[in-house]
Amino acid sequence: MQYDVIVIGSGVTGAMTAYQLSQYQLRVCVVDKRLEPAAETSSANSGIVHAGYDAKPGSNKARLNVRGNAYMEDVCRKLDVPFKRIGSLVLAFSDEEAKTVEQLYQSGVKNGVPGLRVIDANELYELEPNVQPNAVCALYAPSAGIVCPYELTTAALEVACAAGAEYLREAEVTDIQKTEDGFTVTAGGQTLTASVVVNAAGLYADHIARMVGDDRFTITPRKGEYILFEKSMGKTVGHVVFQTPAGGSKGVLVSPTVDGNLYIGPNANVVEHKDDTSTTWQGLEEIKTCAAKSVAKLDMRLAITNFAGLRATPSTGDFIIDSPVPGFINAAGIESPGLSAAPAIAEEVVGLVRASGRVTMTEREDWTGTREPVKRFREMTDAERAELVQENPAYGRIICRCETVTEQEIRDAIRRPAGARSVDGVKRRTRSGMGKCQGGFCGPRVVDILAEELGCEPTEITKFGGASYMLTGKTR
Amino acid sequence: MEKRSVVIIGGGPAGLAAAVAAKENGCDDVLILERDSDVGGILQQCIHAGFGLHIFGEELTGPEYAARFHAQVDELGIEYKCDTMVLSISQDRVVTAVNSKDGILTIQAGAIVLAMGCRERSRGAVGIGGTRPAGVYTAGTAQRFVNIEGYMPGKKVVILGSGDIGLIMARRMTLEGAEVKMVLEVMPYSGGLKRNIVQCLNDFGIPLRLSHTVVEVRGRERVEGVVIAQVDEKRRPIPETFEYVPCDTLLLSVGLIPENELSAAADIPINPITNGPFVDQSMMTRCEGIFACGNVVHVHDLVDFVTIESRLAGRGAAKYALGQRTDGAHTLDVKPGFGVRYVVPSTIDPAALSYDEKFLFRVSDVFTDMELEVKVDGNVVYHKRVPQAAPGEMESVQITRQLAEKLVGQTVEIGLRPAK
Amino acid sequence: METKNLTCVVCPRGCALTVTVEDGKILSVTGNTCKRGAAYAEAELLRPERMLTSTVTVEDRRRMLAVRTRSAIPKDKIFDAMRVLYGTRVSAPVQIGDVIVADVCGTSVDVIASESLA
Repeated sequence: MQYDVIVIGSGVTGAMTAYQLSQYQLRVCVVDKRLEPAAETSSANSGIVHAGYDAKPGSNKARLNVRGNAYMEDVCRKLDVPFKRIGSLVLAFSDEEAKTVEQLYQSGVKNGVPGLRVIDANELYELEPNVQPNAVCALYAPSAGIVCPYELTTAALEVACAAGAEYLREAEVTDIQKTEDGFTVTAGGQTLTASVVVNAAGLYADHIARMVGDDRFTITPRKGEYILFEKSMGKTVGHVVFQTPAGGSKGVLVSPTVDGNLYIGPNANVVEHKDDTSTTWQGLEEIKTCAAKSVAKLDMRLAITNFAGLRATPSTGDFIIDSPVPGFINAAGIESPGLSAAPAIAEEVVGLVRASGRVTMTEREDWTGTREPVKRFREMTDAERAELVQENPAYGRIICRCETVTEQEIRDAIRRPAGARSVDGVKRRTRSGMGKCQGGFCGPRVVDILAEELGCEPTEITKFGGASYMLTGKTR
Repeated sequence: MEKRSVVIIGGGPAGLAAAVAAKENGCDDVLILERDSDVGGILQQCIHAGFGLHIFGEELTGPEYAARFHAQVDELGIEYKCDTMVLSISQDRVVTAVNSKDGILTIQAGAIVLAMGCRERSRGAVGIGGTRPAGVYTAGTAQRFVNIEGYMPGKKVVILGSGDIGLIMARRMTLEGAEVKMVLEVMPYSGGLKRNIVQCLNDFGIPLRLSHTVVEVRGRERVEGVVIAQVDEKRRPIPETFEYVPCDTLLLSVGLIPENELSAAADIPINPITNGPFVDQSMMTRCEGIFACGNVVHVHDLVDFVTIESRLAGRGAAKYALGQRTDGAHTLDVKPGFGVRYVVPSTIDPAALSYDEKFLFRVSDVFTDMELEVKVDGNVVYHKRVPQAAPGEMESVQITRQLAEKLVGQTVEIGLRPAK
Repeated sequence: METKNLTCVVCPRGCALTVTVEDGKILSVTGNTCKRGAAYAEAELLRPERMLTSTVTVEDRRRMLAVRTRSAIPKDKIFDAMRVLYGTRVSAPVQIGDVIVADVCGTSVDVIASESLA
């Protein structure tokens, strides 16, 4: 197939790039080695839209974070993705930490972070009565927000695909060859050609770059572990609560999620393998201990899951957004604040696509950038629900009891452009299985619905693609 | 708004028994709301035998036990709506539910009976680390796959938790051709019934490893193995005992939690020990006219006891709805004493008893040669010998007329002491 | 003379039984709290048996049918009986108590449906 642009990677960077490219009359293909979008770094992170005070002034991270933050509200509104600008706090528990807070404030001012202030202990406890009582002051950044990273990614990809982009799943890019006016990309055994290639391959962006001879950087996986709590804990804190940073990460934080849960994490440990997203007993203990410094009241019996994600840490220390070879564009090394910066990163990438001069960027007249609104039964009024069930009775059948997800919402998630193909895919799009029972009740039913929608046997349904089969066979 | 004298939330064994009792006590318009496609609750997938010895004097399978109550419900003409999920209840007893036929239902109930049962604790709640591949299921989910849908969730199985569902699934998976490598139990004693250890593990040579847990799951796409460890007396894994066990499936039977989201949203006070509503002798919660029974109140090990308790709730709800509830002048608090984790009910009104009520409780550890004592304001009013007691088996004291007459004071305490 | 310890499985109480045996004959059973315990001990040592519960395939249905043996069968016939059930297919409707396999594995015990399917 011949494309104008191939985007390698369907994480938030790739999806947001495809989304912004979809406003032009371009043939776009998104390829990914995984079955679902946001399968790696973009599904397991803090879900924070950072204010942007802590990146080094003048860096890509600083510039794109502050700009991405400013774009986020509008992007989320268009994509029908929940976004809450709840603000963040960095707690200082000693005079030394108070100095760090002051430094962060100064760098935030240089980075152009709006509304940033250092608040005293009194104001802090008015904002957050549940934090430990020994804080001396805090950095308050009202512009920080929270978003669901995989919902944002999925939504952006969906709009791109609705506008005509193709999505090639489970197609690992194994080779890229330069041709006279573009590239030949081998992905999942298929040969694709494109005028422009965007490298948004996350943890593997260094491998992809090397395929065109760019060996200036390497990507190191840096693991962060998390514990997620049930919604009854969701109001423990009202802001993203950081501690003062140490050792190159922003430290263990305590934060509500945009869906109303609470989480603690992440720690930061360099790991050997780029697919090592295991949590460790020691790591979970580490984040429990660290989180307790901020908030004492964390009942571990109310934890519903633990998980780990890998930061794609670049050897250069900053986001790599450039074009090392004509027509080949890196959006690499997108570690934190990559989610916050994603709309701004995508804007820069689109700028580089245009600057390559290889494709004609004619705008689509009908492009609105909006996603067909998602029906979320759980968020509706009873009157809206009644109307919806009348329209389609399958909205009246609850499949996920914990999160109140209906059968039709699951079918919708499968049928939408770039729709769900796996149990985790359904979970990330509908929240079915995200609740307290973690899919105990709804799991078998979701397998059934997937099999029916995809026209296959339940034994062919996977948790997240590959060989992650839910079942090993029939009993008879 | 539709009006019903008694609305029962949940059509499992608790809800069915409560419905029958409500009807028998004079309520003609009882309605059961069931979220699954049929009534019977979890009994439908519990195809093993062992139910009904107390109630019917014979050993029935889960579906058979459910069928008996289903038949009674039909004979009595009690209405039930399946595939109907209750979305909320209010303290003034308005029930809001949804199904695909009626859309949104709002019903003003004279009395409500909460009978939503319980859910299984999941992997995250026990904090098992490692990877997150396919092949980690709760025992109940595996049971549904195998018994109802006819699919195998795995072939080489490690089971964590020796609760009854875990033991039952060890046998069930073995009979269906899987290799069950071992059952691990973090406590130094099993959480299940002794008969199930004999019939489900010993019969098939499946080892039970007490004071052991799973610390890590391995495998990227499908489970490839688990790291197990012995635990110390504080239930912390001992690093020197870590051992890798290859398997493709980890089943979890690590506890059941009453499902009280509806109750909590309606601000019904919940006992933090049982995770179920506080109830009085008639199974009324601390909200007027809202009753509760079965596993939503506290987790039972025998369905027969669920039935007995639910009859009280059904009768209590009927009386309340019909304006026949009589409250005595005085209510005593019921508290757990030494060696007892909790007692149901948590309050008792001696003047309102029918003498078929029981104190139901669980002990906090394994005990032998104990004396059970019921004390009123510190004075022993009843005692009995307890040769053996374990947290996995619920204990009871029948509240006879004789015992009830001695319940004069402020506080009833139920506790153990070593027998002399 | 030999002493054996058993756990009675007749009811959930699970009495710990002590049985003394000589030349294949039971001399005494202690630890039981009812008569059924003594009978269980004898059966368990001389000819152990168990009820078998399982499922069979239902033609044209997406669900299984729960079945059981009408009474206990010899323990050593359990897997033979399972092999019979692996290959058994029934058609709905089925009534609870319907015979699904008569005289399974020569035990003179029937396998019956333990639920109804309309």
